[in-house]
Amino acid sequence: MRESWIIARKELNSFFDSLVAYILLIAFLGFSGFFTWLWGSDVFYHKQASLNTFFNVALWSLFFFIPAITMRQFAEEKKSGTIELLLTKRLTDRQLVIGKYLACLLLVAIALAFTLPYYVSIARLGNIDHGSTITGYLGLLLMSSAYVSIGLLASSFTNNQIVAFLLALLAGVVFQFILGSVGSGQTGWIGSLLTDLSIPHHYDSMSRGVIDTKDVLYFLALTFLGLMLTEVVISKRK
Amino acid sequence: MDILIEGLSKAYDNQKAVDNISFEVRTGEIVGFLGPNGAGKTTTMKMITQFISPDAGRITIGGKVIAKENIRGSIGYLPENNPLYEDMPVMDYLAFCGQLQGIRKNQLEQRVREMVVMCGLNEEKHKKIGELSKGYRQRVGLAQAMIHDPAILILDEPTTGLDPNQRVEIRELIKRLGMHKSVILSTHILPEVEATCDRILIINKGQIVANGTAETLRSQATGKSILLVDIEGAPRPVIEKELRSMPGITGVGLSPDHRLLEIECTDSHQTARSVYKMCVSKDWMLLQMSPVETRLEDIFRNVTLN
Repeated sequence: MRESWIIARKELNSFFDSLVAYILLIAFLGFSGFFTWLWGSDVFYHKQASLNTFFNVALWSLFFFIPAITMRQFAEEKKSGTIELLLTKRLTDRQLVIGKYLACLLLVAIALAFTLPYYVSIARLGNIDHGSTITGYLGLLLMSSAYVSIGLLASSFTNNQIVAFLLALLAGVVFQFILGSVGSGQTGWIGSLLTDLSIPHHYDSMSRGVIDTKDVLYFLALTFLGLMLTEVVISKRK
Repeated sequence: MDILIEGLSKAYDNQKAVDNISFEVRTGEIVGFLGPNGAGKTTTMKMITQFISPDAGRITIGGKVIAKENIRGSIGYLPENNPLYEDMPVMDYLAFCGQLQGIRKNQLEQRVREMVVMCGLNEEKHKKIGELSKGYRQRVGLAQAMIHDPAILILDEPTTGLDPNQRVEIRELIKRLGMHKSVILSTHILPEVEATCDRILIINKGQIVANGTAETLRSQATGKSILLVDIEGAPRPVIEKELRSMPGITGVGLSPDHRLLEIECTDSHQTARSVYKMCVSKDWMLLQMSPVETRLEDIFRNVTLN
């Protein structure tokens, strides 16, 4: 665990050293803030003291934001050869994968923490449902965790960051749209299986304030599977 | 710590990179790993450092078998091309490597400072690694390899791309540090091996083709010695004919610059005497006679070009 934390801290530092973190934070807050407060079906259009609008927008921001932070994690290490440096030290493949995962998830959590003023503002405007707001944030974090592990897996396949980004985005598209829409067109167990595998199916209820163990387990399982496969890919080096 | 390698093999897509090699490195020994590109040097080093696992064979380090136990902590490794995090400052990078090698917090700062002084990085310690010249980057690579004072150092081409002065400096550094460690270093530069290493291993097509000190390799390599002589007093063909008829001489030819005669013989000492006696008896002038050492380059070419 100590080793993973050393890796996570180093990655977080390099996010903030290289401007990546600032650009992404500004883009995320700008994008989600604009659609939450200023434009389209924003908070004032709905005339409800709830963060539902934000949760829907945040989903889309994170959809692009997460592949952008995970793409370099393994691709760059492989390209520059520094992965050899890391994995010949007192560090196992698993500790490295967990360290990278923690760094990316922490950066997402920091981005989400910056949206807490939205919560405070809306709470002052009207009678907000605190419970559903908390589950909404929890849902965002769980979904991010699944996307981070998918992104890391994509990054472990290649030493080209662009390829890693596109792969992660492609996987995102599959989980976000394709599974759900194909599933709803099918009947029987295939249809329900595909729908069960799609991310919005589990995220939507959480953003409305319902916590179901099934949804939580789904995201945790997806995270676990992604990280495990990443470890397998990393250990298959030549 | 001693390194013992037995029957090590590794293949990439049916192509054998390392083919059943065995050797030993004892504590305090610096072993030079020589071989043409693609001979299997880097693959062997990657297996010793546990970056990749062998298909067959066993690596024992300090009595512990590698596959069963994680002994990465006792190895310092400088990979080929010296990969580094370009955007990290030197001090931060060394601290990061030290932490990963399990150095405790209260000793970390002191250890980083020691390495900075030892590797001559004091002037550059606050710069980002990407801003350093090649020589300094190499020092950073060595510093990270040695930060936890490992018993074993594996250095993959530590002096490539350095100018002659830097090469001497790095060489001295390795020699100084290698006194109480087991060191394996690979290189293409042959004089460097002679200057730095106690023993030479030449590897070709995945197999060890020579193993020994520079001296033993020389004597094994050809089995014959060469004498360069300059004799005056008779036409050259006459002298050549006379030399050829002497016992112990296996061949006579012209030296590359066509000025001297090159005598191939089994025992240069004995042959030198008989050549001298022959000249005295014929009343010829012996102007010059010198034994030629087989160069390491020739040995290398001999065993790697088949």
